[in-house]
Amino acid sequence: MSEQHLPSVELSPAAGRAVEAALAAGASAAEAYASRDTGREVRVHGGEVESLTAATQTGIGIRAWDGHRVGYAYGTDLSAAGVAALAARAAEMAAVADEDEFAAPPDPAEIEALAGLDSPSVGEWSAGRVAELALTVERTAFAADPRVAGVETAVYADSTEQVAIASSTGIAAAYESSNCFAYLQALAEGEGGRETGLGFGLARGPEDLDPEAIGAEGAERAISMIGAGKPASRSCPVVLDPTVAASFAGLIGGGLGARAVQRGRSPFAGRLGEDVASGHFALHDDGRDPGGFASAPFDGEGVPRRRTALIEGGALRSYLYDTYTANREGTASTGSASRSGYRSLPSVSASNLIVAAGDLSTAELLAQAGDGIFVTDVAGLHSGVNPVTGVFSVGASGRAISGGALAEPVREFTIAGELVAMLRAVVAAGSEARWVPFGGSVSTPPLLVAELSISGT
Amino acid sequence: MTELLDQEVAERVLRRALANGGRFAEVFAERRGGMTLAIDESRIESVQSGAEEGAGVRVVDGATTYFAHVDGLDPAELERAADEAASALRAGRTEPTPLSARTVVPVPIAVPPEDVPAARKAELLRELDQRGRAIGEEIAQLTASYAEARRVVTIANSAGLFTGDDRTRTRIGVQTVARRGDKVETGAETLGAHRGFELLEEDPGLIAEQAAQKALTLLDSRPAPSGSMPVVVGGGFGGVLFHEMTGHGLEIDHIHKGASVYVGKLGEQVAQPLLNAYDDGRLPNEWGSDAIDDEGQPTQQTKVIEDGRLISYLYDHLGAERDGVASTGNGRRESFRHLPIPRMTNTYIAPGESTPEQMIEEVKNGFYAVSFGGGQVDPATGDFVFGVSEGYLIEDGKVTSPCTGATLIGNCLDALAAIDAVGDDFFMKTGICGKGGQKVPVGTGQGHVRVGKMTVGGTAR
Repeated sequence: MSEQHLPSVELSPAAGRAVEAALAAGASAAEAYASRDTGREVRVHGGEVESLTAATQTGIGIRAWDGHRVGYAYGTDLSAAGVAALAARAAEMAAVADEDEFAAPPDPAEIEALAGLDSPSVGEWSAGRVAELALTVERTAFAADPRVAGVETAVYADSTEQVAIASSTGIAAAYESSNCFAYLQALAEGEGGRETGLGFGLARGPEDLDPEAIGAEGAERAISMIGAGKPASRSCPVVLDPTVAASFAGLIGGGLGARAVQRGRSPFAGRLGEDVASGHFALHDDGRDPGGFASAPFDGEGVPRRRTALIEGGALRSYLYDTYTANREGTASTGSASRSGYRSLPSVSASNLIVAAGDLSTAELLAQAGDGIFVTDVAGLHSGVNPVTGVFSVGASGRAISGGALAEPVREFTIAGELVAMLRAVVAAGSEARWVPFGGSVSTPPLLVAELSISGT
Repeated sequence: MTELLDQEVAERVLRRALANGGRFAEVFAERRGGMTLAIDESRIESVQSGAEEGAGVRVVDGATTYFAHVDGLDPAELERAADEAASALRAGRTEPTPLSARTVVPVPIAVPPEDVPAARKAELLRELDQRGRAIGEEIAQLTASYAEARRVVTIANSAGLFTGDDRTRTRIGVQTVARRGDKVETGAETLGAHRGFELLEEDPGLIAEQAAQKALTLLDSRPAPSGSMPVVVGGGFGGVLFHEMTGHGLEIDHIHKGASVYVGKLGEQVAQPLLNAYDDGRLPNEWGSDAIDDEGQPTQQTKVIEDGRLISYLYDHLGAERDGVASTGNGRRESFRHLPIPRMTNTYIAPGESTPEQMIEEVKNGFYAVSFGGGQVDPATGDFVFGVSEGYLIEDGKVTSPCTGATLIGNCLDALAAIDAVGDDFFMKTGICGKGGQKVPVGTGQGHVRVGKMTVGGTAR
């Protein structure tokens, strides 16, 4: 397709105008967040391009305060009249909210620029070239093994995001970042069954993706599951591969958000300083790591992103705060206000979660496990985990571990337990960490948990 | 009906889209707006309002779809999107069929929510808060939310269709936390429909009481059992079981890619003869209903399982074209920023002849899953999981202890064939279904259903 066309509206001036308009509409304070996302996606199937999407989306979200009441309005019309109408709407919304003494915009702080958030190859690679990348992913999976019977989808997508923020307290900042990913879901057939396997890669630009590795990973994961049966129900050592460990890290990061903690809706509430993990599990939030997709110079309300130690030496060191939750406790924001675009109010959540790597190779982790289960996939996290209590029971699949090495594939079982108990039972972290797009943006090695409850046959 | 595009603008956009060839082009224009608010710690917060407009243009050539979308409905921008979608094609012009308008009667809305003062919506949440908290002193937390959303759409395609729809949905939800010493449990309930504010005129406070009661009940729970046993599934949202186990596997895109356990099963007996099931986008005012799908095809009732035999898949336009059949009106999309894909509307198991009491009495020892937090399936392998939000043990034909931490797990074809009783106590519930990164409202329904054998994954031995 032709080069992307960008609407002529500039984001920073639009955000500035929106703040002025909200004040003119009677707000006592205001903030505007404008973003433009230019992206494309290629889906391929059976050696052909199935769909090619090119798109730009631009919008603005306005927070208006009426004293300690706050309201929000968002929309796609960035014209002067459009922004004025949205600003007035935000002020109207504020009148509906109840007073909350801690609701206030942050003061400006010095924002340090952050390099490494984009790659020229996103703009330079033509649609034809990225389509070829996706086709290579699919082709590699087919070539890997005759038992690969199909590829459900192979996808390449990229996006370049521009963000500008302005507030009546004097915040005025902007940044641009790009990212891309490719993945496939390979289908393998054998022993009368069909298995699926996911392969994926993440990068700032397509030149840093390895399509052969992605295709081979999907094929290998699908093939390794052929002939899988149910494991016996028992409690046993479990090794979580990075994709699974990342999903759990995401749940833990969610429970460390101060909003859930302050409202008594987290298994970590009231446990600051307590031992909540073994010494083998350390967790940081780092909003400035260039390897992480959630990195940015500032968060969703213009507060500088930073690195925050969450769990270290087994002890709970800190929660994650946005301005509101920090005001409520008389502490400082950790730069953890996140937004999923202009449509959403900022709310406290993790940026990039980093689980510390240990010094054991995956083979050594399996050897230490002895007999147990290597879990390579979990399903049903949104319904199988209670984020308030930390109790979980989720569907899983993977490989049996027998005599310290990988053995037969297993599926159709659940792993169950409680999050804090699981962290306390981590007896080793692997050395091979990887960025994973599950549970948010997470870098994690595989983890060995001494005991989890398995329900199979 | 509000038309977002003039017919001549739509014709111009379609001609531009087919300027370099292609066998089909479509423009989908949308105006979407809504309002949401919440109550937490008995305080109204997160009050927000949205207003978005835009359009998506697609061109289909061979097996490939080219798609571009833009914000706003400026005709020049729409033509630019059409040029963008057409830019990869190199053939000669295709002439679209002249448009002819088709009138649609939208799902009727009695009280448009935008006409109701925002303060009234805040009052409603305060009532939910009070009603829920009044159920017991052990209710430590209550959050409730209100959401209204309106989508006006205009759809034109190169086959000559020019049509549109106007859709308003309203939904409330309540989440509770109950606490007794160190024991903490949660409960949730929702009420939603393709309706306006009239949905909330009867007794919306009831769902707050139900959500509170669920959390209180679970304070007396024990850890769920694990192992294989008969499972009786509750009515309403219990239908998510059929949605995941069967509905997704019948969506034609999964079938065409060989990524469904239902490939080649059309006409075969996949369930016991007592099972009949439908997808029905025309159920009056139901959460998953629309007058037309997002390709302009009128929605319909599609029987998918008749006396245990699989008789139909669920089709969008492209899938139907490939199989030489008519679309079943299941081409849906989250917004103008998404391509339509085959999706369920309201999916349900038709009422049977058993009573819930009989179904439970006949079980020696088993599990009673009244409601779920949600579920997930891999249609290619058929493996599914469901998180149970309210569950009980069945001992000697009687419902006994409440249980927490239960997940049901199994494989579609085995579990579907193991349904050995269907209840007469049918009702529908609302859900939000995710597929391919797109979320759409879906209804699920059934009376009580019994699965002869299923794996319950808990922590108790």
